[in-house]
Amino acid sequence: MSSGVLTGSRDPLPTPAGASPPERRGAADSSASWRLTDRIGLGFAWFLGLLFCAITLAIVAFLAVQGIRYLRPELLWTNPQVGFNQNETGGFLDPIIGTFLVAGIAIGIAGPVGVGVAVWLSEYGRPTALARVVESTVEMLAGAPSVVLALFGILLFDSKVLGFLSETTSDGVVFGKSFFAAGAMLSLVALPLVVSTVREGLQAIPNHVREASYAVGKSKTATIRRVLLPAARPSVITGHMLGIGHVIGDTAIIVLLLGDTQTLQGVGNVPLWGILRGTGSTLTSYVFDNAPTGDLNQPNKAYAAAFVLLVIILILNVLVDVFGRRSRELRWS
Amino acid sequence: MELRKPPPVRRLTPGAKVTPQPGPAAPQAPPAFGPHAPANGAVNGHAPASFVTARRTQRPPVPTVDRMQVEELSIAYGSKLAVKSVSLPIRQGEVLALIGPSGCGKTTLLRSLNRLTELTKTASLTGRITLDGLDISTLEPTALRRRVTMVFQQPNPFPMSVFDNIAYVLREQAKRRPRRAALRSSVEDALARAGLLDEVADNLDHPALRLSGGQQQRLCIARALAAQPEVLLLDEPCSALDPQSTKVIEDLVVKLREEVAVVIVTHNLQQAHRIADHVAFMYLGELVEYASAGALFATPREQRTKDYVSGAFG
Repeated sequence: MSSGVLTGSRDPLPTPAGASPPERRGAADSSASWRLTDRIGLGFAWFLGLLFCAITLAIVAFLAVQGIRYLRPELLWTNPQVGFNQNETGGFLDPIIGTFLVAGIAIGIAGPVGVGVAVWLSEYGRPTALARVVESTVEMLAGAPSVVLALFGILLFDSKVLGFLSETTSDGVVFGKSFFAAGAMLSLVALPLVVSTVREGLQAIPNHVREASYAVGKSKTATIRRVLLPAARPSVITGHMLGIGHVIGDTAIIVLLLGDTQTLQGVGNVPLWGILRGTGSTLTSYVFDNAPTGDLNQPNKAYAAAFVLLVIILILNVLVDVFGRRSRELRWS
Repeated sequence: MELRKPPPVRRLTPGAKVTPQPGPAAPQAPPAFGPHAPANGAVNGHAPASFVTARRTQRPPVPTVDRMQVEELSIAYGSKLAVKSVSLPIRQGEVLALIGPSGCGKTTLLRSLNRLTELTKTASLTGRITLDGLDISTLEPTALRRRVTMVFQQPNPFPMSVFDNIAYVLREQAKRRPRRAALRSSVEDALARAGLLDEVADNLDHPALRLSGGQQQRLCIARALAAQPEVLLLDEPCSALDPQSTKVIEDLVVKLREEVAVVIVTHNLQQAHRIADHVAFMYLGELVEYASAGALFATPREQRTKDYVSGAFG
């Protein structure tokens, strides 16, 4: 906005009559005068850039071709079944439901907690020592491999106290594997992304906007609730999307904490609660099991499911892009 | 020290002839500031600013009421003294302009009037500021800031609709949020006082950040007025605006002084001359001179004031 104001008022550079403006030269032209080492470096940069694009395109193209070849619509709404060949084993409705359930639980925890941590870090951050500890904890969490989190989760949810979140046998042994367990540990995967994105969004708000709210007699709480969080809404949404993307892409926690049963295995009779206490699978664990090297070895199903997963992730990425762009649209000068 | 000759100007168009400029080197710049600075057009030690004959914004005389009193106020950031023992009256019915070069403490002084300086952790304050006879340090900051509101240099409407920007101020904290219809007349009243209602009346749900810069700044003024303040602080409100919007806001400020005490910080001496009734010139944290606008620009008492208003430094 400001750049428009600043540059808009400036006169265009005077051009003498008759003289045409200099032609813009391409990168290849201008590098002709470079030193040899620089030109080799430029060539190398181009090579690596194109190679990277080629690898990505190859993966997407491979999955798209394989996926479209094996994906039939009925796979999306039939349950997995036990069978001897790939025509008998049904579709992957349960893994799709499982994916959404796990993502819902994980982001349901990571979203509010992450936004809270981000607000505290950005707007309060006192005492400074504690803020620094929280900051590095979140960073460590972001760097922790999810299989480590999964191991910790096994210990945690096997305990008697948390037995109500998974299946407990009649003699009191806690199974420790459920949607709750997997979702809770996956929220730790999403949390750092939510925190860092929301925090960045809050810090991008100029200080005079906060002061403008204080200067009309508003408290800090009111300012955060009514001005700062609405202003950072695009970042909040982006953070959630990124978090969901990572959650549904994670495999280790799912395999270790969700029980890895092909179909949803509810516990008890309470409708939704029972399913969430029970075990199941997600698209990632379905692909893991059905991959050519997996236990079930049904590559066609794996390709189809992987393609569905890829499409979901791509849609999320596009949404991140859309919201990111919108956040840049309305800004203070 | 001899000034180095500047390099020849590089044209951006190739082929255009570069004509070297003959002649002596650039004339020596006059000393920036000091007791020996030449005062342009100085007669008997007086240096009327070049614009004293320029027309001031039309103003009907209004009775003045003392609102705030600044007494021996000093403010320090850490060990650095930013405002040194300043005393000033702030009256309703007149516009008080704070002028002075950058870093002279005028914005700090302004921010101390509604205790925004407290947001800076290192700031410490001595002296007394009273609002209607009450020491402002005894008031609740939020209550004080509803009575002494502020408009900033950058237009900073909140990222919501025009209506909600004003309604945000009207909604008291910790009470049930009033209905939209109940706020409508107050919102429109505030917009009307800031002279913005005619332009936005059709579409109060328009996002405030899509308004023009001048409209945004008037929305910020409307927002500050919505709290029904007794004192309105303006921190260089026109520095990000074009001349047209500046004129609109200047006229508005002069009109507003009838209902609220107005304090404006400005870098622009012409602006201070156009709109202010009283002017306070600050330099290096000190209040050098406080006088009526006419007197300060036409017959400054202090040498430093004279040098500043005649353009010798700044």
